[in-house]
Amino acid sequence: MQIPFERIVQDYGLNVLRVCRALLDEHRAQDAWSETFLSALKAYPQLAEDANVSAWLVRIARNKAIDEVRKNKPEILDDHQQWEHADGQANLGIEADNLQLWQEVAKLPQKQRMVVGYRYLGGLSYAQIAQLVSGSEAAARRAGSDGIKNLRRILGDDSLWQEQS
Amino acid sequence: MTQAKLNSSATGEEAELLAQLGKELRAKARAADLLDVSYRVIDSPIGSLLLASTPAGLVRVGFESEGHDKILELLSQKLSPRILKDSSRLDIVARQLDEYFAGSRRNFDVPLDLKLSTAFRRQVQLELGEIGYGQTWSYSQMAERIGNPKAVRAVGSACATNPIPIVLPCHRVLRTDGSLGGYLGGLETKTQLLKLENPDFGGAMRTLF
Repeated sequence: MQIPFERIVQDYGLNVLRVCRALLDEHRAQDAWSETFLSALKAYPQLAEDANVSAWLVRIARNKAIDEVRKNKPEILDDHQQWEHADGQANLGIEADNLQLWQEVAKLPQKQRMVVGYRYLGGLSYAQIAQLVSGSEAAARRAGSDGIKNLRRILGDDSLWQEQS
Repeated sequence: MTQAKLNSSATGEEAELLAQLGKELRAKARAADLLDVSYRVIDSPIGSLLLASTPAGLVRVGFESEGHDKILELLSQKLSPRILKDSSRLDIVARQLDEYFAGSRRNFDVPLDLKLSTAFRRQVQLELGEIGYGQTWSYSQMAERIGNPKAVRAVGSACATNPIPIVLPCHRVLRTDGSLGGYLGGLETKTQLLKLENPDFGGAMRTLF
C-alpha cells in the first residue's frame, strides 16, 4: 500500500530543498523544489512500493536542476547519458538522504558548491563542469577538491566521496 | 516517527520556506488536476473531524476515534495515493458543519462523492438525506423507503458503513424498539448529535414504552 503523498512531502521536503539549494541558486532552487514534487505527485501511483523514496526524489530534483542548466547552456549537456549513468553510482543512493551533508554543501562557496553538486550528485565530468561554472577544467578540479576537503572536515568523515581517478 | 526526526533539523528559515512552497505546491497540484483527494481536519463538539474530498465532492467524514491517519491510508489504497492536505475544496462543508453544531443549520448543501460505497449502499446512504432534522427512522422504515422491506439487515450495514456521517445523517436511524443500534463514532456521539437536534431526545426513547 502506498502512503498518502502528503506524508512524502512532510518527510522529504527538507531533503529535497537542501539538494536543490546545493545545485542551484536560491530562486531556481525554489522552482526546482516545486517542480520536483509536482512531477513526483504525477508519477507517485506508479512508484514501486519498495522503492527508495529519497533516492527517487533526489533523482527527480537532480534532473530538474539539469533542465535548468540546459535551458541556459544547452551545448554542455547534449549527452545526457552522463546523468543516467550517475544513477548507477553508489554515492547517489547512499548520500541521498544525508540531510546534514546537503545542508553543508549548500553552505560552501558558490564555485565549490556547484562543482561538488554536479560532480557527486550529477556525475558530470570536470570538463563539463568547467563550462558550466566558466573556468578551466583544472580550476574546477581544484574547487571540487577544496569543497570535498571542507565537507570532510566539517562532517568529520575522511572517507566521504572518495573517487578513483 | 521518522517524520519528526527528519524534519527536526530544519532551521527556522527552512521551515518557513517549506511551508510557503508547500502551499504553492497544493495550488499547482489542483490546477494540474493531480490532487485526487484533499483533506483537512476541523474541531467540533464531538472531537476533531477529518474531511476528505475528491474533485467530485465530499467523500469522507472521519471521527477522531477512527484514527485519521488510518482513514487517510485507506483512502490512499481505495481511491488514490495522490492525497494532500488542502482546505480549498472543503471550506464550504467546514462552514456548514460549524453552523450545524451551532444549531443554526438543519441540512447540508454540498456535492457528495459516494464512490467508496457499492450501488445498494449508495442508494440507502443517499436516502438518509431524506430524514428530517431532529427526526428518527427505524432500520425497517428505511428498508421500506428504498422499496426493499426485507433488506433490514443490509440497510443496517449500509448505515454502518456510511462514509459521510453527520452530512448524511445515519445517526437518525434507530432500531425498531427505539434503542440506538450502532454508530461509527460511538453511541455517545450518536446520542449527542440526536440531542443537539432535539433536546427532548431521551437516549433510548424509553418514554415511548
